[in-house]
Amino acid sequence: MMNHSQPQGADYNYTVVRQFALTTVLWGIVGMAVGVLIAAQLIWPQLNFETPWLTYSRLRPLHTNAVIFAFGTSALFATSYYIVQRTCQTRLFAPKLAAFTFWGWQAIILSAAISLPLGITSGKEYAELEWPIDIAITIVWVSYAVVFFGTIVKRTTSHIYVANWFFGAFIITVAVLHIVNSMAVPLTMTKSYSLYSGAVDAMVQWWYGHNAVGFLLTAGFLGMMYYFVPKQAGRPVYSYRLSIVHFWALIALYIWAGPHHLHYTALPDWTQSLGMVMSLILFAPSWGGMINGIMTLSGAWHKLRTDPILRFLVVSLSFYGMSTFEGPMMAIKTVNALSHYTDWTVGHVHSGALGWVAMVSIGSLYHLIPVLFGHGRMYSTNLINVHFWLATIGTVLYIVSMWISGVMQGLMWRAVNSDGTLTYSFVESLEASYPFYFVRFLGGVFFLTGMFLMAYNVIRTVKAPKDSLPAIAEAKAA
Amino acid sequence: MDYGTLRGVITIVVMVTFVGIFAWAYSSSRKKQFDDAANLVFSDEEMNTVSNGSGDKK
Repeated sequence: MMNHSQPQGADYNYTVVRQFALTTVLWGIVGMAVGVLIAAQLIWPQLNFETPWLTYSRLRPLHTNAVIFAFGTSALFATSYYIVQRTCQTRLFAPKLAAFTFWGWQAIILSAAISLPLGITSGKEYAELEWPIDIAITIVWVSYAVVFFGTIVKRTTSHIYVANWFFGAFIITVAVLHIVNSMAVPLTMTKSYSLYSGAVDAMVQWWYGHNAVGFLLTAGFLGMMYYFVPKQAGRPVYSYRLSIVHFWALIALYIWAGPHHLHYTALPDWTQSLGMVMSLILFAPSWGGMINGIMTLSGAWHKLRTDPILRFLVVSLSFYGMSTFEGPMMAIKTVNALSHYTDWTVGHVHSGALGWVAMVSIGSLYHLIPVLFGHGRMYSTNLINVHFWLATIGTVLYIVSMWISGVMQGLMWRAVNSDGTLTYSFVESLEASYPFYFVRFLGGVFFLTGMFLMAYNVIRTVKAPKDSLPAIAEAKAA
Repeated sequence: MDYGTLRGVITIVVMVTFVGIFAWAYSSSRKKQFDDAANLVFSDEEMNTVSNGSGDKK
């Protein structure tokens, strides 16, 4: 596992990987802190301090953009640049362009952090940024594709390792999704209107929205999984053949699942049913991949007892399995009739976002940071362990409270008296949700605290004198 | 060919493609190639190649 003999490692371009790895931690803290603040606002509304740019409506898109595009995507940049070099055994193609993707992406993050609180938005969920920023994203993203695929073209190995297939699919698909969904007619520098309208607009939006989940938050992080789980476990992936079938099945199916966000709307019925069926089938490749990751540990389960990094990675796969079971179930129209627009959806998203995306990224970073800065291990393994428990408990508090709150809301909204009138007003369901909002806030605080520990651990590792953090001997036995 | 038939044909083509990918991935002649590929993760280190492939044992 922690094998840092730095062989040809000196030849790799780690500068841009280091930059993205460190900003991942920074943006993780920022994005999650905003999340905790808006969770608190739902309990104590006065926390918006009567200031327009601190209102929930403006901070919520800031939270989602920060965690998905600043934290998550920085993690993807870091790991994809690292993995593509190491598995292709060559330096990054076009290092100056790679540096441009770093600075360009940071500029985009800053412009989002300024424009969203100002209330500048195109109103499309997860695609709120206005057209000048959208154009900047396209330029940086195309540069990213050039660097990534250029590196694959100049590889010295004959085979392209499966992680790179997932990263490649993620890069291409996100480019297509972003360009198609962001098509708009600009009115001024800060306002534009979508090229689409009505049900077509809704369908394009959720084709984008669900595939942002499928390709950015799933395929990209599966690329991470297929490298760091075998690496940290010290054994190759359980079944390479399964990973090939997993890849093609996953990318072929995800693209059709978007309509499940639009059940019982103006979208044609057949489209809704198609989206539901495709979402159900999607369960198979999702679990195939999850099992492939977890079974990589077969014969090495004992490592989970001593290695909190491996624990992060394996528990992230368990949450992935859980949310990819929950997702298809919620896509069934009759279940959706209960769950949609309730907190259950919010819980489902965070089971994926905290449990899967954040935890697999955190585990990967704990593996990556010592390698990037020439150490054998992180400054403190105990702190990683504490972080692991904070993150796990935080995620569980979050999703359990949202499940209960969501099912309760769904049941209250649909309850009718014998004369056909509604049993509860909306505000009654809101009042009933308060205790669960507090538990959710608590879960968020747990998770965020873990991120602060991580930041401390990372700073101490980066600043540690050379050779002061040797690899743990036991680890070499692998 | 009407639209319904076309849809049917496309469904068959997609199914056959999937079975084809499956057969290609699991054909025994490619086992060694994929075992090597799985070890790419370790091949730029001085570490010895680990044989696991429990899922590919056949």
